[in-house]
Amino acid sequence: MKLMRCPLNGWRGVAEFMYGGVVEDIPDPDACDDRAWSDYLFIRENRRGPVAEWWCHLPSAFWFVALRSTATGEVLETLTWAQWRQRCEQGEGPSAPVAPAPVAPRGGVHG
Amino acid sequence: MLPWTLIRQGLLGRDPQADLPPTPTLRPHYDVAIIGGGGHGLATAYYLASRHRVGRIAVIERAYIGGGNTGRNTQVVRANYITPEAIRFYARSVELYRGLSEELGFNLMFSGRGQLTLAQTDAALRGFRLRAESNQHLGVRSEIIDRAAIRELCPQLSLMDDGPQPVLAGLWHPEGGMARHDAVAWGFARAAARRGVEIHQQTEVLGIDVEAGAVKRLRTTRGDIEVGAVVQAVAGASSEVAAMAGIRLPIVTYPLQALVTQPLKPFLDPLVSAPASHCYVSQSPRGEAIIGGGSDPYPLYSTRVTLEMKEELLHAAMEMFPCLAGAKVLRQWAGMTDMTPDYSPVMGLSPVQGYYLDAGWGTWGFKATPVCGETMAQLVATGRVPALIERFGLERFGTFTQVNEMGATAASH
Repeated sequence: MKLMRCPLNGWRGVAEFMYGGVVEDIPDPDACDDRAWSDYLFIRENRRGPVAEWWCHLPSAFWFVALRSTATGEVLETLTWAQWRQRCEQGEGPSAPVAPAPVAPRGGVHG
Repeated sequence: MLPWTLIRQGLLGRDPQADLPPTPTLRPHYDVAIIGGGGHGLATAYYLASRHRVGRIAVIERAYIGGGNTGRNTQVVRANYITPEAIRFYARSVELYRGLSEELGFNLMFSGRGQLTLAQTDAALRGFRLRAESNQHLGVRSEIIDRAAIRELCPQLSLMDDGPQPVLAGLWHPEGGMARHDAVAWGFARAAARRGVEIHQQTEVLGIDVEAGAVKRLRTTRGDIEVGAVVQAVAGASSEVAAMAGIRLPIVTYPLQALVTQPLKPFLDPLVSAPASHCYVSQSPRGEAIIGGGSDPYPLYSTRVTLEMKEELLHAAMEMFPCLAGAKVLRQWAGMTDMTPDYSPVMGLSPVQGYYLDAGWGTWGFKATPVCGETMAQLVATGRVPALIERFGLERFGTFTQVNEMGATAASH
């Protein structure tokens, strides 16, 4: 069984996790026009390489941020929302490319 | 000593004709350049060359023809969708498939053996009734059949009465079938090449120049070419190629895995699909049981396969066909599926003038190959969007007018 590290529960089998889409800014629905809102809903960067994504550990319903490569499937790092916000404030927003982090000692999820 | 029969053959000079000429020199200008030498791109080239007059046509292929998702699907051909737009579109594709071997002079091994989809919940059965009625209304044969009829049609199939979700009824679509997917690519390629289409394999597009809102030039690994019009038909790389032209698409790319067993004696005639377990099984003319499933649970640009999916597919296939116990798995592979929010394609005009999209083919691309070629060729040649594809345009997402095909697509294939 491939493993993924949940920031709350530690290393768990990948079948316990659910993918929840890339981390991105939500436009203000009251201020933006229909085009901006439909872009937010439907249009995707679909980037090949490291991206920041929402994942959920299903048994504990704990949502967190995973930095994962869509080219290799490798999970580079997992962070709580608070840790992710802290990193964004240091200059790495959701739109900034994610720097590869050292691979966790027991290996990440490969695919 | 060389037998006389062979010497005579050599002296007569009647060598077998190659299906494709060697890759020609890249010219500085083409009237139409098609990015992607898969089934869709080659079909578009063929219909452009055989039905229209558009000047010089080139197919630009990064690797080799039919080597992408044309050769990675599970060969299903069917038209039993839900929306009128999709039913009409795929019905035309099935119609074209039927006559294609003869038209192309190439045996596609199209086999209209029928497709059976199993209802294992009341909700599924309600959806099937809608599909059957919608199909019949538009002239596509689909009907609900009961358990006795399923047993008669497919005696090897377990109705799974000892499991949590016994089969309640089936949606029977006698027009469904399969075709040999490599042959579809090669049949279109050979027929297109004989009509003067240049097929450039081992030629990767590195950049797309857009000037004053219109496509101007393709930059490739073998040089730059000026283009009058461009069709993008690159399933699995749609977002990346479109991005070169500055176009953003409603696509997320997921792998889809399938596997085949070793060749078995003929045991299964129709294609059987069980949406409840995300699994479908058919038997190829070679005897292999083809077992396919749903897309992977998260996006990835990789054709790797997983043990989880192998277990899931084999578990579901053996529940359906207990006789598969003991069969050996020959190979497992993955294709790339460009999934759209409404499970319909993104095809037609783009924000860039002269740049035409044939994208968003998720898990429903192979069965649409001939009709895509036909309609994209009409679009390029006339500049007008054919009625058959007008609801599949990229602009539908901006106007919230999606064509929802999830119910008839997810795991039915």
